[in-house]
Amino acid sequence: MHHGFKFNFLPAQGNAMRAYLGMVLIAVALAVLPLVLGQYGNSWVRIIDLALLYVLLALGLNIVVGFAGLLDLGYIAFYAVGAYMYALLSSPHLATNFVWIAETFPNGMHNSIWLVVPLGAGVAALFGVILGAPTLKLRGDYLAIVTLGFGEIVRIFMNNLNAPVNITNGPQGITRIDPISLFGTSLAGTRGSRGMVDIFGWKIPSVAAYYYLFLVLVLLAIFLCIRLQHSRIGRAWMAIREDEIAAKAMGINTRNVKLMAFAMGASFGGVSGAMFSAFQGFVSPESFTLMESIVVLAMVVLGGMGHVPGVVLGALLLAGLPELLRHFVVPAQEMLFGAGNVIVDAEIGRTLLFGLAMVLVMLFRPKGLWPSPQHGVKKTPAPVPDTPQPTKVA
Amino acid sequence: MDILWQQILNGLVLGSVYALVALGYTMVYGILQLINFAHGEVLMVGAMVAMVTVKWVIATFPGLPGPVVLGIGLLAAIPVCVAINVFIERVAYRPLRNAPKLAPLITAIGISIMMQTMAMIIFGRNYNQFPALLPTAPIEIGGALITQTQILILVFAALSMGALTLLVERTRLGRAMRATAENPRVASLMGVNANHVIVMTFALGAALAAIAGVMLAANYAVTHFYMGFMPGLKAFTAAVLGGIGNLYGAMLGGLLLGLVESLGAGYIGDLTGGFLGSHYQDIFAFVVLIIVLTLRPSGLMGERVADRA
Repeated sequence: MHHGFKFNFLPAQGNAMRAYLGMVLIAVALAVLPLVLGQYGNSWVRIIDLALLYVLLALGLNIVVGFAGLLDLGYIAFYAVGAYMYALLSSPHLATNFVWIAETFPNGMHNSIWLVVPLGAGVAALFGVILGAPTLKLRGDYLAIVTLGFGEIVRIFMNNLNAPVNITNGPQGITRIDPISLFGTSLAGTRGSRGMVDIFGWKIPSVAAYYYLFLVLVLLAIFLCIRLQHSRIGRAWMAIREDEIAAKAMGINTRNVKLMAFAMGASFGGVSGAMFSAFQGFVSPESFTLMESIVVLAMVVLGGMGHVPGVVLGALLLAGLPELLRHFVVPAQEMLFGAGNVIVDAEIGRTLLFGLAMVLVMLFRPKGLWPSPQHGVKKTPAPVPDTPQPTKVA
Repeated sequence: MDILWQQILNGLVLGSVYALVALGYTMVYGILQLINFAHGEVLMVGAMVAMVTVKWVIATFPGLPGPVVLGIGLLAAIPVCVAINVFIERVAYRPLRNAPKLAPLITAIGISIMMQTMAMIIFGRNYNQFPALLPTAPIEIGGALITQTQILILVFAALSMGALTLLVERTRLGRAMRATAENPRVASLMGVNANHVIVMTFALGAALAAIAGVMLAANYAVTHFYMGFMPGLKAFTAAVLGGIGNLYGAMLGGLLLGLVESLGAGYIGDLTGGFLGSHYQDIFAFVVLIIVLTLRPSGLMGERVADRA
């Protein structure tokens, strides 16, 4: 039987048996990870859960930035749209503020995730097209600033749409958002279960249940990305990235293909946002600042733009690194300066190291940690004269 | 009518600060096609250095008149900002000159995060008071009120923009800068030392940012580790609005953005029948930007650049 799908991140000429064994091992490791980490406290599993959401975001942004080469600095807006979509349709907020909604839904707004999540993805994709349409003619840095502005506009509206009509509840955000409920099982656990979810008689903590859900979504996203990359549209994206005029000359409808990239990337953000909303049970505009957009972009670029495994690595590293640094900053100072001498606290220290890591990784690996092999030899932009020797970094 | 005039005046003050910062973005972009994302932080450093200097001067020489103290603060801020910006270029941008385009963007963001965090460690999370050095009582001009600090902002902005124009149009260095921006390779064949030009560009941009930072701090009488972010973002918007890489575009874009924001914030309530309030001020910058770029994809004064540098 001919397989259309190949795991092209495995060595092609490698022993198939070994490759499959490796995959089984990875699968087992991924499956037991939350149970092992859970032994050290559910907060660790929570970190992994959020990291998986970042992977989803980074994969979505990678479609826009990595595949199609459209620099998007406002990507978090789609995450916000998905999150608010879910929050509005699955919380008492709208019903308490609008009489007609309360009358239409006497039991409150509790919609099935099979409706809300696709709707979130769809609306985010629509926003992607709305952003994409006026920016089709722009390239490079002009596009970057417009997308940045778009992200800010979305956030400012969410921050202020609590008056005169209260839609988003402004800076306070929306609370009491329903958890994800799959086939009648709430992933937050039933009342009195103390956060334990019963899956076929097997009790696992709520965070672990979310872990499996997010893992499935991430695997699905990876599958989609790899399939997309080698599809007709994926090749069109890359053609546009490499040379838009040549792509056009080859008969690619650059308008539709670019809009498709925006919509596709945005829909990933929308799903991720909906998941975030359900997972946290609370959303506020504070989660969707420009800094978040930048962090997701950094994940893509640091990992290796356009290379799916690299992007996953970048997202996991940048999402996990601050948490690890938090546990490292204080002991390191006590070791250096003696016990009790902590100059910068953990929060500040990790931000500092985060910035430093971004600079160092780029200086030593300008193409990212795990760049795409086939695009390793890319034409560099017209060099500035007198090409300097790479300077040493003090 | 008075309100209109007042808003125009406020807009011009705000706009000249944006223009000063935007010039720094646009000069660097013109030569390197690089967004110096840490530029806003240079402004913040300028304000912080001036604050420390001013406080020290006031404590040591209590008799000095306010304008002199402010001048000393400014003179202290400029060299520090220049040194920092040149250092950033050296460490974060120069090694990546031939790297993929997004790599220096990420280092710039990293540097920006580090500078903010360092400022937070040194100066704390809260607002710091910037001493009032000029009389705060506003002066009335044709029905609108303006403070002396604001007048100073307008004067300084006009002077520095004039000086920059002269420098770029009339001096040897300016010609070298224009040549490098036009075609780096040919410029270097003609004996222009590109690295020198680039360093000078960063230095000039930093000096303008320092002036803007000190003026902002003096105007609002506070400094904050995050104070460079929003002006930096707006100035970048202004530079793009005017056509990034074009000096006069940056000046025009800055002033225009200041006016649009000020007038927008003043009139949005009336325009929308009270539906949208003045807290939507920040939206104007971006809405105007999107409209302008839709109609003129390379900004107001930008030339149609060749495809992909």
